[in-house]
Amino acid sequence: MKRLYGWIFVLPAFILLSVFTFYPIIATLIDSFYSDKTIFRPRVFLGFENYHHLLHDPVFITTLLNNFLFALGTVPASIILALIMALLVSQRTPAKGLIRLTYFTPTILPMIAVANIWLFFYTPQIGLFNKIIGLLGYTGINWLGNPSTALPSLMILTIWKEAGFFMIFYLAALQSLPKELYEAAGIEGTSNWSCFWKITFPLLMPTTFFITINALIEAFRFVDPIFVLTKGGPDNATNLLLYYIYETAFSFLNHSYAATLTVVLVLILVVLSIIQFGVIEKRIHYQ
Amino acid sequence: MKFMHYLQVTATWLLAILWAFPLLYAFWAAFHTGNHFDLFSSLTLENFRTAMSQAPFLRYMINTVILVTITLAAQLFLCTFAAYAFARINFFGRNIVFFLVLLQLMITPEILIMKNYQILSNIGLTNTILGIGLPYMASAFGIFLLRQAFKTIPKELEDAARIEGSSTLGILWKVYIPLSKPTYLAYALVSISYHWNNFLWPLVVSSSKTVRPITVGLAIFASPETGVNWSVISAATILSIAPLLAVFLLFQKQFVNSFLYTGIK
Repeated sequence: MKRLYGWIFVLPAFILLSVFTFYPIIATLIDSFYSDKTIFRPRVFLGFENYHHLLHDPVFITTLLNNFLFALGTVPASIILALIMALLVSQRTPAKGLIRLTYFTPTILPMIAVANIWLFFYTPQIGLFNKIIGLLGYTGINWLGNPSTALPSLMILTIWKEAGFFMIFYLAALQSLPKELYEAAGIEGTSNWSCFWKITFPLLMPTTFFITINALIEAFRFVDPIFVLTKGGPDNATNLLLYYIYETAFSFLNHSYAATLTVVLVLILVVLSIIQFGVIEKRIHYQ
Repeated sequence: MKFMHYLQVTATWLLAILWAFPLLYAFWAAFHTGNHFDLFSSLTLENFRTAMSQAPFLRYMINTVILVTITLAAQLFLCTFAAYAFARINFFGRNIVFFLVLLQLMITPEILIMKNYQILSNIGLTNTILGIGLPYMASAFGIFLLRQAFKTIPKELEDAARIEGSSTLGILWKVYIPLSKPTYLAYALVSISYHWNNFLWPLVVSSSKTVRPITVGLAIFASPETGVNWSVISAATILSIAPLLAVFLLFQKQFVNSFLYTGIK
């Protein structure tokens, strides 16, 4: 009787998960091996043709490369800034609460709002960045319209939004560090600098791992500001995987190819989560 | 030593000013007209009036509030039952099913956007607020968090209540739910901010102003093609983040704690 209850309790959630997670994953995988049904042609089995096309699709290669560049540009920078913020805020400082709040606030804003806010900095004629450059006597840059500055512009607003979020994990970790180690180091006359590298930094390693994986996952799911700021342009310079999936599915209406792209994204996310679970397992074993 | 302290305080403040600047600048722009930065130009609500007259922001806001409310209510209901089963009932296939549930932590509904849109249109729920919320209602994250919380509750409490004649539902209501309040609060805050901010899925699903949440409304309003004045965009942006920002400022500590708590999965 009690066992039956188990299934009854899980069933509503399980049905919804089946409809919007399990079934779509399997259906997407199957779709990626077929062509789209059109009025002229029925759906036909293609085998790996879509995947073959993928490897020869310059836009896909560009988006994948952009995603890696984006991860490379945002992940280490946000983590280093987050650590600096946490270290600064955990020291004696006037108005500490206000400072912490300032660092954290961007985290809760919608990405769309963040994109709008940063639009004011990047717009060619009126943007603040170009005004500053103008004051220095140089001509401004079209930040979002130039292939070499468009992706970095998106990276900057991402770092601004994420660093404060990662900071709170470092803050929590810093509070749990054993005080005795620092007292011992103090007696031995170790400098703050070597205290940080010999004690704080190694002890923060699990937190750093955790944040890194989370930041990587976010980097591959990044999409919202593209809609407001660049639409993937100029010349695909800011086209990232999820945006390309959206365009392929809803603008180009190429469903089987969108399915193939989705399979790639799902695989990347699965690999990242396996690493994450692996690292967490290890942490439990060591404690 | 003294010098190092001053250096550190200066760095802290410089970074804080840098971090506060974009948002403060948006606030400033929202309350002033014209595209030129003039510190002494007078305050005005003109931009807000213009924004409200050009797009139904109040309606978008109501849509978002409805979306966030029904999604959270359904999540709390579904996740409580599922979490209890995973935590305390030894049913057939429990571990495999739980592992499958965890898949959704990583592969959220918007990743499978094309297929989920097809499914939603097959069941006729596109362009409805319910349709925007539905794929998120069985939240793996909620199930996971509540299961962890339920597992820490001593089994003796449940046994004692059962001896007194409580049913399983009664036990959930009188023992498990009250003792897991902090988890419920943490999850609720994370869910509210997630769905208030969510964009891609609502963008695809909604096509009319009676359904569109605020993020989608704002993105449409602010897209460069519409040529809307810059200060008016600021006003619209401030308008759309104000409620969430106000709640955040009121419950700062709880917010930070719930993000922390839910981040350490």
